[in-house]
Amino acid sequence: MKKILLGNEAIVQGALESGVQYVSAYPGTPSSEIGIVFGKIAQKHGIYFEFAVNEKTAMESAIGSSYSGLKTLVSMKNFGLNVALDAFLPFVYTGAKGATVIVVADDPSCHSSGQSEENSRGFADLAHVPILEPQDAQEAKDFTILAFKLSEKYSVPVILRTTTRVAHQRMPVEIGIINIENKKGEFVKNKNKFVTMPPRVLEMKGELLKKLETMKKDSEKLALISRGKGKLGIITSGVANLHVTEVLRKNNLNIPVLKIGMFNPLPEKKILSFVSDMKEVLIAEELEGFIEKKVKEIAGCKLKIYGKDLLPEIGELSNEKIALALGKLVKKKLFVKRTEKDLKIPLRYPRLCQGCPYWIVFSAIKKMAPEGTIFGGDIGCYMLAGFAPHEIQDYLLSMGSSIGVGHGINKAGGQKVIALIGDSTFFHAGIPALINSVYNKSDLLIFVLDNRITAMTGHQPNPGMGLTGTGESAKEIKIEDIAKACGAENVKTVDPVNMQELQDAIRDFINKKGTSVIVSRRICAYYERKLKKNI
Amino acid sequence: MDKNFNIVIAGVGGQGVITLVQLIAEAAFAEGYDVKTSELHGLSQRGGSVETHVRFGKKVWSPLISEGEADLIISLELAETLRKLRYANKNTKFVINGYFFPYPEGLSEEEITGIIGREIKQEKRIVPASKVCQEKLEKEVVSTSYLLGYCVSNELIPLKKESVLKAMENLFPEKYLELNKKAFELVWEN
Repeated sequence: MKKILLGNEAIVQGALESGVQYVSAYPGTPSSEIGIVFGKIAQKHGIYFEFAVNEKTAMESAIGSSYSGLKTLVSMKNFGLNVALDAFLPFVYTGAKGATVIVVADDPSCHSSGQSEENSRGFADLAHVPILEPQDAQEAKDFTILAFKLSEKYSVPVILRTTTRVAHQRMPVEIGIINIENKKGEFVKNKNKFVTMPPRVLEMKGELLKKLETMKKDSEKLALISRGKGKLGIITSGVANLHVTEVLRKNNLNIPVLKIGMFNPLPEKKILSFVSDMKEVLIAEELEGFIEKKVKEIAGCKLKIYGKDLLPEIGELSNEKIALALGKLVKKKLFVKRTEKDLKIPLRYPRLCQGCPYWIVFSAIKKMAPEGTIFGGDIGCYMLAGFAPHEIQDYLLSMGSSIGVGHGINKAGGQKVIALIGDSTFFHAGIPALINSVYNKSDLLIFVLDNRITAMTGHQPNPGMGLTGTGESAKEIKIEDIAKACGAENVKTVDPVNMQELQDAIRDFINKKGTSVIVSRRICAYYERKLKKNI
Repeated sequence: MDKNFNIVIAGVGGQGVITLVQLIAEAAFAEGYDVKTSELHGLSQRGGSVETHVRFGKKVWSPLISEGEADLIISLELAETLRKLRYANKNTKFVINGYFFPYPEGLSEEEITGIIGREIKQEKRIVPASKVCQEKLEKEVVSTSYLLGYCVSNELIPLKKESVLKAMENLFPEKYLELNKKAFELVWEN
């Protein structure tokens, strides 16, 4: 039986069919639906699910589960893996006990990402971690199942790397049988396996490198050749393969294609045999030319290799981009960019929802902040502070850095900084930066925009609002209590609809010495409407 | 149907673009077609421009429609239509909700309708879906279902009415189902 699934739903289905027992996540587009779906269905299937405080704690939670022998999945967006990296790298060394799949979602073209156009495939050489790259929703499911199998076979965590066009693609997906063994995990003490103290850690590295070497044969099996004619070939992976196939079919081109399913380790033998009777090959991969570099390494200098000289390193690929590049090699016009009149329709930027409490907060901050105040931005809906009519965002970097960087700016030159940060982001990475600001004595005003939910990624619970990821009641951790406990000199909580109180608090705190925290607490208007509709 | 049918759907975040994508995909799948769609989620969807692709036919490869290859462009808002012209060829049909959603530094409704009149030479239908739904059902929000009914009844999408109704039953929770079905079937009543 087939059912239309979103790529992320297909990953959930694959995990269920693999018998997943433990799932942790931190939301981030384009990975968020994985956690959202598990939050809804986990209890029904007897699976443990949590939204963790950040990706590092999500990763650590998953590692604990894996060490206890459970089948485990952890999901995050690309930047999340950066946060989790400190725990992730040694985890790959120790290996997984219970099969473990790490879903990492990249966002070429940055449709829903500030920060950077991160290509998580780059972690392959750093972490020596196996990476699978599905092209569509069906493969998202199949590769999830395969990732669990490989993880079990080699006792190593496996990354399933998706991109926006895979995670947010719908197609009919074959549905299989869900078979989950409900059992308790058990951590069996084994220093040799779980303690990375030297000199053992170096042996572990050796064992890992050996596993990767052996896994090459699995990579070979997953590399598929579509036969064709001629001395020109295409090597591709992920969703780019679908664009390539589209262009070839449309233009009746019979060019051989090698589709790589496992990015790390690469199927070197198959690549070699594929290019052995080629004169030239086009590497069609998104973002940085990692495969291209490897092919150049192994193929020898007789082969003419095209890649990033014909396809952009910035932005996702498309049928048009593939057609343009391929057209140059087959010397035919496969795509003609039509000269279109620029109609000069001004861009429509996203905006705060109707009734969003941030409308009031932004206007109060703008009104009360003295001339020359620096406004620190952070990751959440309040990034819209950067757009008109607000225009209060002078830097934007990564989760929690409104506070951390604001501290640095204040220390460096004494300028006044107001750092804006949301509730989930504060819990995620704001707290160490807050302590640093107190400890190292900067004069900083931190504005925590507590809207009672992780709003931007589709309303996930967080530690500040009294619910867990599966909707059970939980201890509500108060941000003002944390601020006080961290030693912030001035702390005040306001409901922003009390505009006078809000403005007075800003006026009062802006010139105070030390670290000041205003918690503006009012529920996200969109979430409130959702609650009322009960959806 | 020899070649795939390609629909670009444009609108403003919050208008129900993704629901429309799901409905068409489910209906096409029910008729035995292969289907692929592509959509975007996240902050850009909060009142920003939204673009989604739906493709169905014997076998669909890429989830993205190439420039110049849309068979149908559905726009849920007037100004958003004008951002999608690169997907059109001379045979592309346009179905446009006659609904104007102003935004900071945007053009006026008159300017936008003027440009639509001048620049879109292809077959185009400006349908007052939001207005009709507000008047007849007192709910503007179901205008996407109305527009879909318009496309199906005028044979602008090669799908059967029954397939869409079935898709609606699968997708909508019970309390929204009747209203959406009503909106979808309004066109046949007139």
